[in-house]
Parts: sequence; structure tokens; C-alpha cells
Amino acid sequence: MTALLEVEGLEISFGSLAAVRGASLQVNKGETHCLVGESGCGKSVTALSIMGLLARNGRRDARVLRFDGTDLLALNERAMSRLRGNRLAMIFQEPMTSLNPAYTVGSQMIEVMQRHRGATRAAALARAEELLARVRITSPGMRLGQYPHQLSGGLRQRVMIAMALMCSPELLIADEPTTALDVTVQAQILRLLSDLQKDLGLAILLITHDLGVVARTAHRVSVMYAGEVVESAPVAQLFTKPMHPYTRGLLDCVPVPGKVRRDQPLGSIPGMVPRMTQSFRGCAFVERCTLARPDCAGEIVRHRLAAQHDYLCQIPPDRVTAP
Amino acid sequence: MTTPLIEIRDVGHQFRVKSGLFAQPKRIVAVDGVSLSLPAGGVLGVVGESGCGKSTLAKIILGLIEPSAGEVLIDGRRLDGLDRRERARLIQPVFQDPYSSLNPRRRVRDIVGVPLVAQGGIADGEIRRRVDAMLARVGLDPELGERQPAELSGGQRQRVAIARALVLHPRIVVCDEPTSALDVSVQAQILNLLAELRRELGLSYLFISHNLAVVEHVASEVAVMYLGRIVERAETETLFRAPRHPYTKALLASVLTPEPGLGIPDTELGDTMPDPANIPPGCRFHPRCPAAIDRCRSDAPMPRRDRRGLAECHLVEMA
Repeated sequence: MTALLEVEGLEISFGSLAAVRGASLQVNKGETHCLVGESGCGKSVTALSIMGLLARNGRRDARVLRFDGTDLLALNERAMSRLRGNRLAMIFQEPMTSLNPAYTVGSQMIEVMQRHRGATRAAALARAEELLARVRITSPGMRLGQYPHQLSGGLRQRVMIAMALMCSPELLIADEPTTALDVTVQAQILRLLSDLQKDLGLAILLITHDLGVVARTAHRVSVMYAGEVVESAPVAQLFTKPMHPYTRGLLDCVPVPGKVRRDQPLGSIPGMVPRMTQSFRGCAFVERCTLARPDCAGEIVRHRLAAQHDYLCQIPPDRVTAP
Repeated sequence: MTTPLIEIRDVGHQFRVKSGLFAQPKRIVAVDGVSLSLPAGGVLGVVGESGCGKSTLAKIILGLIEPSAGEVLIDGRRLDGLDRRERARLIQPVFQDPYSSLNPRRRVRDIVGVPLVAQGGIADGEIRRRVDAMLARVGLDPELGERQPAELSGGQRQRVAIARALVLHPRIVVCDEPTSALDVSVQAQILNLLAELRRELGLSYLFISHNLAVVEHVASEVAVMYLGRIVERAETETLFRAPRHPYTKALLASVLTPEPGLGIPDTELGDTMPDPANIPPGCRFHPRCPAAIDRCRSDAPMPRRDRRGLAECHLVEMA
């Protein structure tokens, strides 16, 4: 396993609001890493900051931010834009807002290839057609001349994926790529991503709030809460041995088809996500945690359960895993 | 047999959509020949993908859209024969997005009080007392009544919407994707609250959702919609344990349960998307159906029922 993307101690703030507070994660070559969490936990800004796309009032700092050995922190905007869309690509939740409604699918797809690879229009169009077919869009030649509004949501997301693949990136960051889609289409898109990964050796950083998507696609999972990665583990470990009370709470909240009992309430996490400032110390989950102790307000040390499994909580594991 | 609380018979609705300045308006068939009933105290789940007509159906039942065909009976009386105040006392909505369904310029207290004010003849003190009681009942500090929606979280806003729906003590609540805009931990809080309120206040729900796991958790009976029609209906356990319509099977197979190691299911549905402006001949599901036979392409199946429920498919064997 070779690391393609290494993030250590990532801090992102917008004014006094600390959106990400020391998050670390590593995406290996050819692997899907899921970043899971609820709204406002900092997962999307983490992705944007890796791409160097934070809003102007956002501040980014990190101990390590490396892509395939290149220190992204040391790159200026020009050097970063040579990577972006080329070796690092990103797709977003709502394909309609990420596609320009005034341009045809073809002209949007070829732009990235002409810019990064200096490809001719004809060569780029041929590549676009090939990729549309690759993401299983029927009559790709015709689609190139269509506008985004003429496509269904699932087709638009396929176009976004094909566009992201134009320059054969090594890392694809997908921010909630199937959240706006129907379940049957979601399954098709995720299958497509997984096939592409196998064929192209693509590494995927998949950002989602859906634990079903995580369970079925991830090799490795990082759970984010209030700007921190509170637990990180290989997927099977995370679902069978969740160590952080938040991870456990999240898993209990999800109704599982075939296993739900209608007369019983779902597990839920009381309260809501706190608004974090940079001066905050201690465990951010403390107010919602049923196991909290007085020392949870102090500095929390990261514990390691196995070589690949660590979590940010000091309460003994037996109290977390006990039913 | 007791009268069902909601009974809809052969309800249909079409929209006309202009596609261009000189183009012929398109006819969009949103709901087509739907019959359903909801017994008192029951929860009827309606599932289906975007564009299947489930929200139009909700609006018809709420009296917000007049159906172009068929009739809706609420507690045995025709919906179009009830005046607005009577209707409001019987049936209330909770919508998906608590960000757009609450007036951003009004205080929470006034939002929740609107149905009481609209009834007329209720004294201010009484309105205040009922609003406070209802806010407390949905788990909101009555002090939040002085705030505006923008100061509340998504979960709190959805509680406000629920309080507004219940302040008149209606018998039916139409929940249209009530938790789709919420995070999972908040979704669980709201689903638990809805279940509690139903038991305590003897409510019946029409519960519309695209999330099958949620519907399985809350509904006693489920109707599956596809392109404006109910293609299968059965008790929740029966439907989830042994779906019969190929579309229901595909929907259930597409659900990604949080169980690692199972991979991503192959729905075998192909790439044709349902288009309510262009309903296929024969069975409307046939272009996507992995089991379609020649007959499905020309001959529209009729709904057939047996003790396991209703299905509209040539290939389903009836008991």
C-alpha cells in the first residue's frame, strides 16, 4: 500500500469559526477512502482545501499535505492549477450546478484536456466520446452536442465523472456524488465508480453522510465530527468494532432494512453539533455523549486499537462496545 | 368494516407544461388512476423515485391540487365538499424542507399559531397557551417561540413544522419526505418523535419517502409508485420480505444497507429513465424491466389483488 494523498494536522478556519481542527487522513493508491460525517463536520471543506479551492476567507494550515510526494502546501496557485483537473479531479453532489448550462457537454469536456495536455480539439473530442461510452452513456457522439438540461440527473453525474477522467487523474475526490440521485441510479453510479477504480487503478476520496454507501464502497473509513477525524479504520473493522461513541451512535441511528422493529425507537444522538472555535479544547462530542466523564474536557489522546484502527476517545473500549 | 380515514378512488392528475414559445404544451401525467385507503391509526408509506407522482398525490390529498379525475374521501366525506377550516382540522402537512416551509420573517410562536388564527374566534390567550403546550410536546423549549426560523437548526425547524401541523389536533398528517433534508442522527430523533405523537394522539400518517429503510421503520402498509401508478401494495412486512413486482424488487435491491462486504448491487434496470411526459405503451415499467416479455410491451397490466396485497404486473402469480 503506497500513500497517494497524505493529510496530517489539517486546520481550516473561516474567521473565528474552526471548520477543521487537526484532521489527518491518508488515501492509498487504487483505494476508496470514505470520509463520513454529518452536515457541518468539515468533510466538504477538507476536500476543497486539498484541491486548493477554499473560499477566499478560508485559511488552510497543515503539518503535512502531500500528493504523490509533492508538498501541496508549497505550491503556488499556478502550480496547483496544473495539478487540478489533471492528476487530481473532483466531482460534486449536484451535477446541474457543476455543469455550465450555456455550453454543450462536449465543449465542457474538452476544455480540461486542451488546457492541461495541449490536445487538439479533434483529439479531445475523440477522448470525450470514448469516456462517455466508458461511463456507459448510450450514443456518446450525440451527447457531446447536448446541453446539460437535456440530460437526466444520473446522466449528468456520468458526464461529470467522464469529465473528471479526461486527463486520467490518479485521485478522484467525489463529494456526495449520489446524494441527489434516486436509489436505483445511485447503485448504478457507485458500481460505475468501482469498475473504473479497478480498471484504471484510481484512488477515490468519497465524501458522504450515508453509512450504506460507506459500507458498500469503502476500503477505509474516516469518521469526522466537529472538524476532527474521530475514528479511522478499515471498513469491516469500523462496522464491527466501532470504538468512538459518535461512530457507534451514528450506526445506531440508521434503520437497517429487514432488521427494523417498528415498535422500537431508533437509536438517536441527543443534541446537535456544537459550533467550534479555535480555542476549544477537549472532546467536541462531550455534550452529546452518554459516557462522558469529567476528564473528557481535557486534552484527548488518540488511541490505537490495531495498526490501521485509531480513535479519538479515552473511554475504555469495553464501555463503548458493550451493548 | 369501518370507514377508512382516507379513501381515494381512481384519482388522476395531469400537468400541462409549456416547453417553448411556439411548442405545443406537453402533457405530464403525474398521477394516473390511483386508488388507496388509509385506516384510522394506520401509517401508509408511499415510496417511489423522483417524478413518480408521490408528492402530487400528497398535494391532492391535502386539497392543494384538485385532481383531474377521481375522488378523495376524508372520513367518508368528499374532500372538495369540506371548507378550508374543516379540512385543516382533519388533515395537516409536514413537508420535506424545513428551510423553505417556514416563513423566515415570522417568529416561531406565530408560525405555529397560524392554523389557530385561521380558524378564527380563538382568544389570543388560548392561542398562546396551545402553542406553548405544542412546542413543549414536540420537544422545543417554549422560549424558542420568540426566535425566527433562521436561528434554529434543521431538526428544530422540522419540530416547528410538526408543532404547526398538530396544533389543531388533526386526525391525519401527510408527511412528505419529512426527514430527507436532515442528518441521520437528527432523522432518528424526528422519526421517534413522529412515532410517539402518533401513539399518544391517535394520529394516522400518510408517509411519503424515497428512503425505503425509513418507510419500513414507520409504515404499517406500503404502496410503491411508478410513473403515476401504484404498482404494488402490501403490508410492510410482506412487501419487504417478499416483493412481487419487478420494480419493487429492483428498488429493494438498490438499497445500500450498512453492511460491509456485500458490494454494490446490480439493479439490471438499464439506462432508460422514466419520463412522465412520455409514458411508454403497455406496462409503463417495461423499458427498464429485466423480466419483460412481449406482452408487457403492448398490453397494460391491470391491478390484481389477493390476500398478500395488490400488484400490477403480468408476471406476478396471484394466490
